[in-house]
Amino acid sequence: MSSTVSLKAPFSAGGAFELDQERCRKLLEVALRKGGDAADVYAEFAVGGSMVLEEGIVKSASRGVSVGVGIRVRKGEAAGYAYTEDLSWDALVRAAETAAQIAQGADVAPVDVTRREIPSRYPVQTPSLLVSGLDKRELLLRADRAARAEDARITRVEASVAESYREVVVATSAGVYVRDVQPMLRFGVRVIAEQNGKRQAGSSGGGGRVGMEYFSRAGKSPEEHAKEAVRSALAMLDAREAPAGEMEVVLAPGDSGVLLHEAVGHGLEADFNRKGVSNYSGRVGKPVASELCTIVDDADIAFGRGAVNVDDEGNIPNKSVLIENGVLKGYMHDAHSAKHFGVEPTGNGRRESFRSVPLPRMTNTLLLAGSSDPEEIVRSVTRGIFARRFGGGQVDIASGDFVFSIAEAYLIEDGKITAPLKDVNLIGNGPEALSKVTMLGNDLQISDGIWTCGKDGQSVPVGVGCPTIKISGMTVGGTDVAKR
Amino acid sequence: MATKQEAVNALLTLADEVLARLTAGGATEAKVVARSGQDLSVRVRLGEVELVEEAGTRSISVRAAKGKRIATASTSDLTSDGITRLVNDALELCDLAQEDPFAGLPDASALATGWDDLDLFDPACDGVDAAQAVERCKRAERAAMDYDKRITNSEGASFGRVSGSFAMVTSGGFRGGYAGSYASLSVSPVADDEGGKKRTSGYWTARRHLSKLDSDESVGREAARRTLRMLGAKKVATGSYPVVFERDVARSLLGHFAGCVVGDSIYRRSSYLIDRIGTRVASSLVTIVDDPLIPGGPGSRPFDGDGLASRRNVVVRDGMLELYLLDTYSARKLDSKSTASAAGMTGTGAGTSNFVLQAGATPADSIVKQTKRGLYVTQMMGFGFNAVTGDFSRGASGYWIEDGELAFPVSEVTISLNFDKLLQSIDLLGDDLDFKSSIASPTFRVAEMTVAGT
Repeated sequence: MSSTVSLKAPFSAGGAFELDQERCRKLLEVALRKGGDAADVYAEFAVGGSMVLEEGIVKSASRGVSVGVGIRVRKGEAAGYAYTEDLSWDALVRAAETAAQIAQGADVAPVDVTRREIPSRYPVQTPSLLVSGLDKRELLLRADRAARAEDARITRVEASVAESYREVVVATSAGVYVRDVQPMLRFGVRVIAEQNGKRQAGSSGGGGRVGMEYFSRAGKSPEEHAKEAVRSALAMLDAREAPAGEMEVVLAPGDSGVLLHEAVGHGLEADFNRKGVSNYSGRVGKPVASELCTIVDDADIAFGRGAVNVDDEGNIPNKSVLIENGVLKGYMHDAHSAKHFGVEPTGNGRRESFRSVPLPRMTNTLLLAGSSDPEEIVRSVTRGIFARRFGGGQVDIASGDFVFSIAEAYLIEDGKITAPLKDVNLIGNGPEALSKVTMLGNDLQISDGIWTCGKDGQSVPVGVGCPTIKISGMTVGGTDVAKR
Repeated sequence: MATKQEAVNALLTLADEVLARLTAGGATEAKVVARSGQDLSVRVRLGEVELVEEAGTRSISVRAAKGKRIATASTSDLTSDGITRLVNDALELCDLAQEDPFAGLPDASALATGWDDLDLFDPACDGVDAAQAVERCKRAERAAMDYDKRITNSEGASFGRVSGSFAMVTSGGFRGGYAGSYASLSVSPVADDEGGKKRTSGYWTARRHLSKLDSDESVGREAARRTLRMLGAKKVATGSYPVVFERDVARSLLGHFAGCVVGDSIYRRSSYLIDRIGTRVASSLVTIVDDPLIPGGPGSRPFDGDGLASRRNVVVRDGMLELYLLDTYSARKLDSKSTASAAGMTGTGAGTSNFVLQAGATPADSIVKQTKRGLYVTQMMGFGFNAVTGDFSRGASGYWIEDGELAFPVSEVTISLNFDKLLQSIDLLGDDLDFKSSIASPTFRVAEMTVAGT
């Protein structure tokens, strides 16, 4: 079977609705006709594909195309936004005129836009969408065979591959014109194990802004993901009631970075601080975590799920230090908040698609490594929880309270990891929990690309990372009150 | 401007054309869904406009089969090239899928051919322009800010309206469409608390009909009240207590349950409720109905995503599980009959429409009064529900109940209990049902749960 996928955006050079610098300049001119302070044009072409296997067969294959242009005009603290899926010149001008309505003033002098060079943080040779569908189907079938062969207690296997290719053009009244191509691949396996009337699910997955070479990396073959999913499901078959109450917690490296994302990351997105509604508002220069903690947001993780060459407002993000040795250094900005605070944008202005306005968002958020031996960290705990796999989290920005759920947890007794525990939530308060970080491992890991962050109804892919972490006290939301 | 019926007719014609091209291209079965809509959303913060967003949207999605090989495709590019690509993508992908013996459209005899108007569209929604939306937000936010001096800040007030038309045609002979609308208003005030913490809560109203929204001022005042009552919140000692769920969080619990009674979760063995038909799954106070035929209901629809006439399904009666919600596919997998519950017109699988835990007899405000000591939950956080095992553990905040009174606010605790036990130990059920979203529940009390705090 030949692949017929075309990845040519209709607004690219030679396309039916080419959006070159001159046309973007004209749209910006229309957008600023009512006296806006700033304007930007965001054109997006996205092709997504997915295949799902269950019950031993790939039951359905799907593909979607989404294309459109969003135009924003800013005036003071206000923004007008309009988007269109119709790329005809008339429709684009109408969108620019609609967005312009936010301002009520005189025409603004025309702007020039010049092409800006951007870094290349995910130079994928062949986007997976151009690879034969049969090759991708085989990945799913391999995962299915491997999971079933691994253990007779596995009763269900589901595997999926989802891929996307996004081409964007951003042009701004600050004179920037950029074009970026953003691939994304995600692979996942989920199994159900059953024994003596008990059932448990286990899963494993990964990806990032990568091509098919992902599956050749160490530990990333479909078989290895299948084995990991099986291991996790079987381990949890014997899970017992988790304890309830405050105790010591050790978090495994990698995906535990979800804790930082919730406990710190969101509260440091500058829109919340511009509005003064975050519990981190007005605390730059002050201690907000234990001295062990240095936390960065780093868009420059090669092929990372949260990596971006340029943000969705035309700014190039680099590594932003958020917290250094426990002291709050700065926030993550989009163009709006940067102007408000009188600082340079940090390149964190991201959006889900052309249907949404950009917001300050995280890219890859990392807690840097400490110096402890991870085994020594576990040995230091008399009675506590070891959290190995995570289900996601949420934060209340105002109070700083956050939760995150653990899909695979174990009891630590006298320095040893012992019984597996049923699903449990951890709850804490951002600055309080981070002030209780008493040990950090020397084993920084970055999560394999599975995480998606939601804010204001917009989802964007992100990365997280951290070493083994010990927190001296967190509330563990188990059911077992007696065993405290 | 075209009327909504004209818009639906135009979409039907477009869908017919795409269906004909799929069939001509070799599809043995196909379903085409076309939609269009217009949205306005506005946000005001501290009396100033923060965002005005306007757009028109449109899309087509298709599901095609060659024999028992299924593919789906969608596009927002409705140019001739875009539609050609859509048709070619779907046909090409069919060859990639593997044969699924259970796939296929429902029998033609089962299809809906006529239906009542469910009052899903209010032309007044589209009539709200940006300036009016801004005014409503300003009024609502001002009511919150003026409610109490301790409200010092705001995350803003938002008004949104969406209206859309939708059409579905299938090669099996179904052809239908309708229009719908939805408007909402929300307010999120902020108050300063001790230790640099801030407190925010909010309140919202939403309806298909503009005139049925709560008044702007009452939304603002309720939002302020909910924010203020969290000031000074603290943890409580770990223990087992009765837990009262206010209706907006009770709704979230009901959402977990909904995910466990849909056919896909059952045949995938991903629900703690498999093999439980005819058994007790909740206390005898509990009756849960999925009813797509409620006039003006947020989740109402005249037919399901397979084109079957909608019907009212009693899922749980007096605590006993009566049925799973099935679409044509999951019904075949489970050797049963569809309950006309095929979900979202583009998606696959079964889903809920208006999924409602029926109101009980206890006045909602007396539930706390009848509770000597326990937790009154007004907000939950996180994702701690395992559908396979029913294990439930989520973050919570609300109020501590002492001698039937709300004594002090509580935050940063978790509440945990296996869902099977949780629903079976509902011992008081309120009378305060509200239909602002498609999953609805009154306030209820669970006799005992683990509350983890200090």
